[in-house]
Amino acid sequence: MLTLEPHRAGPVKQLFTPVWAILATMLAGGLLFLLLGKNPVEAIRIIFVDPLFDPFSRSELFIKAAPLAIIATGLSFGFRAGVWNIGAEGQFILGAICGGAVGLAFYGVEGVYVLPLMALAGMAGGFAWAMIPALLRTRFNANEILVSLMLVYVATLLLSALVSGPLRDPDGFNFPESRQFHDSATLPILIERTRIHIGIPIAFLISVGAWLILQRHVFGFHIKLMGAAPRAAHFAGVSTNRMVVLCLGISGALAGLAGVFEAAGPVGQLVPSLPTGYGFTAIIVAFLGRLQPLGILFASFVLALTIIGGETAQFSLQIPAAAISVFQGMLLFFLLAFDIFTRFRIRRGVAGVA
Amino acid sequence: MSELLDIRGLTKAYPGVQANSAISFSLKRGEIHALLGENGAGKSTLVKTIYGLVKPDLGQMFIDGTQFEPANPQAARAAGVAMVFQHFSLFDALTVAENITLGMANPPPRRDLAQRIRDVANAYGLPLDPERRVGTLSVGERQRVEIVRCLLQSPRILIMDEPTSVLTPQEVATLFQTLRQLRAEGVGILYISHKLEEIRTLCDTATILRNGRKVAECTPAEQTAHQLAEMMIGIELERPLPRLFTPGETLLTLRDLSIATEDPFGTDLREVNLQLHAGEVLGIAGVAGNGQDELMLAISGETKATRSQIVFETTQIGHLAPAERRLRGLLTAPEERLGHAAAGEMSLADNAFLTGRKRQRLDWKGFIKPISTANFARAIVKRFDVRTPGVEASARSLSGGNLQKFVIGREILQRPKVLVVNQPTWGVDAHAAATIRTALRDLAASGTGIIVISQDLDELREISDTISVIAAGRLSTPARNGSLTNEEIGLMMGGPKEEAAHAHA
Repeated sequence: MLTLEPHRAGPVKQLFTPVWAILATMLAGGLLFLLLGKNPVEAIRIIFVDPLFDPFSRSELFIKAAPLAIIATGLSFGFRAGVWNIGAEGQFILGAICGGAVGLAFYGVEGVYVLPLMALAGMAGGFAWAMIPALLRTRFNANEILVSLMLVYVATLLLSALVSGPLRDPDGFNFPESRQFHDSATLPILIERTRIHIGIPIAFLISVGAWLILQRHVFGFHIKLMGAAPRAAHFAGVSTNRMVVLCLGISGALAGLAGVFEAAGPVGQLVPSLPTGYGFTAIIVAFLGRLQPLGILFASFVLALTIIGGETAQFSLQIPAAAISVFQGMLLFFLLAFDIFTRFRIRRGVAGVA
Repeated sequence: MSELLDIRGLTKAYPGVQANSAISFSLKRGEIHALLGENGAGKSTLVKTIYGLVKPDLGQMFIDGTQFEPANPQAARAAGVAMVFQHFSLFDALTVAENITLGMANPPPRRDLAQRIRDVANAYGLPLDPERRVGTLSVGERQRVEIVRCLLQSPRILIMDEPTSVLTPQEVATLFQTLRQLRAEGVGILYISHKLEEIRTLCDTATILRNGRKVAECTPAEQTAHQLAEMMIGIELERPLPRLFTPGETLLTLRDLSIATEDPFGTDLREVNLQLHAGEVLGIAGVAGNGQDELMLAISGETKATRSQIVFETTQIGHLAPAERRLRGLLTAPEERLGHAAAGEMSLADNAFLTGRKRQRLDWKGFIKPISTANFARAIVKRFDVRTPGVEASARSLSGGNLQKFVIGREILQRPKVLVVNQPTWGVDAHAAATIRTALRDLAASGTGIIVISQDLDELREISDTISVIAAGRLSTPARNGSLTNEEIGLMMGGPKEEAAHAHA
């Protein structure tokens, strides 16, 4: 029988597990492409390398990385404290709906206040959606993993219902989509001839803010304490319920903000196809980034790379879209596996009585 | 004829620490051999080596003259070595028999095993019902499970790590009978304890370790406890001075405190009444699992009471959260060091911040002041002689005794008005225990009211002004230290009589 025994790995070794995981994913992914009858070297090159050398793809990288980074930063608070919000995708959708609805309500109204208002509404929407699992967990001890996950599907259907009904474009020939947001409700473009919008520097600011809170603030301290030793946190005076609400609330609000940015940025309207899985991919980003704000920035680029490279590979190599999901899944799988190997040592034989 | 166990020149180094250097001694058949030493003296490494958990760098071991190199505990057990650990590894929700099965390589059928457990238990005067759930057993009974688990292997060498720290005087007497019976049958027993009086009454020989080296071997009965302690640490011990106690104003009052526990294996608190005065050290004796933890949680604020059930100075605080109680000057140090009093993965500085934040003003508008925090942690380390490379070291990296000094020191340095400590010297060596006890006495002398919850009667005798006993969630009326004999306290700890007395009252 094989047993695992705890083993202390140095900080450097722990820092490198994501790198090993990425390499292992490339290797296993290459094997997968080989089995699909594709040239593995070419596939890996298209996914991981080519986007870095194409100006358009490079700017797109930022556009995909920003929502991932914003959502993952929010998730990292809860993940550190042992509060598992798996439904960021749903909160992302609610953010887009609420922010988008505000934008549509102000349709045609010019003013610098419209966008901040949309952002606030989006954050409130994501926050409120996250409060459902928070309330069920604190009141009835319902598992927040299941509740938040299931609410994703409710949110998806809600979006479809709204863009087919109340929020539908009156001049849109009955297509299930909203109007295009007007200029005041659209994120300003920062660099001409790209889609780089103001949400990208905001993602950086959020990351810096998160770092400050996690490293230097009592709230961050309590989050780490709750993750490391729940009873010690209780002893220090941390209320578990309050932390559950705050962690879910923060991740919900940030996912909601990412949702508004997506709707008011690259997409420009509310459509049923708005959610593309950022909320789920962000979970991988959070772990790949070691739940550290800076690491999350790095990881969001890696995952953005797989998204963009994956899209290119789809049409240039006719690789099925699902292969990219498999690819991202493998990344998380290898990451968790390598984590086990750095934190534990494998021993042959039965464990001692102790 | 060769000795039962012969240890020759065992040496083991860990990065930065020489845990054992060239230790030699021998254990005879039918001998109870004490291993004495401070925490970090190398006792654990030594017995772990014998039990196959640690591989020595140098040196040899012989059993009956045959070289003995256990690769793992199974090999050690096969060679006849058994060990009862200080901390039990039992599952509350399983029965005694199921727990014992878990530790066996080839468990016999359930019915045979139950019978064998009964046989062994009866043969050694350790009554034990194989079908009882471990969660319902007292600590003394749990230890019996561990001992019976070892005896089922018919060991020739039995290692006991601080076996009596959790037992009532009566249970200790039973244990000693069992050990003497084993000795009469020729079993060699290695006995680790920090209770010197016990070693003097029970053990035939003592090997004394200091800083990983063997410094002396003696016949403990021929030495005084004080001499043994000084051999062990190499310097003179400070002893708290006895003093007259005049109770000051009432600082903490518990009024009919009844709390139902949420823990399925916990104990409900029943109408606990208590008054603690300034300058008073109140010792609460009792066998573990009789409501000590629940009492502690109720006072710290981790479980809420009704507003009026707890009064601090003149304020009702039963409803307040731990942080608010702390700010007022009511500080606590729970029994479990890792995971409750401190977070193992976090640094000592972080752990100093954990309770010191408000009273030591370690934050500014919620932002941690890293320099003040590190300075506070350093002050604890310095004042209580915590052995650590620095305050950035994780709490887990400290030995149990050192972490205990840190955790208790953290509360003492915050100048509490009331301090409640649970098992302040559990698993701590004599030197550290003396430091902690003296610090508690000094704190009381400066006007703090202190509650010491402990299962070590000698300790309570030494530092308390008043003593009360907790049994089955009820607290007896405190009596002046010295007005009760150990036997009387022991009987109250047993519980049922105390309960009967309450029923009559």
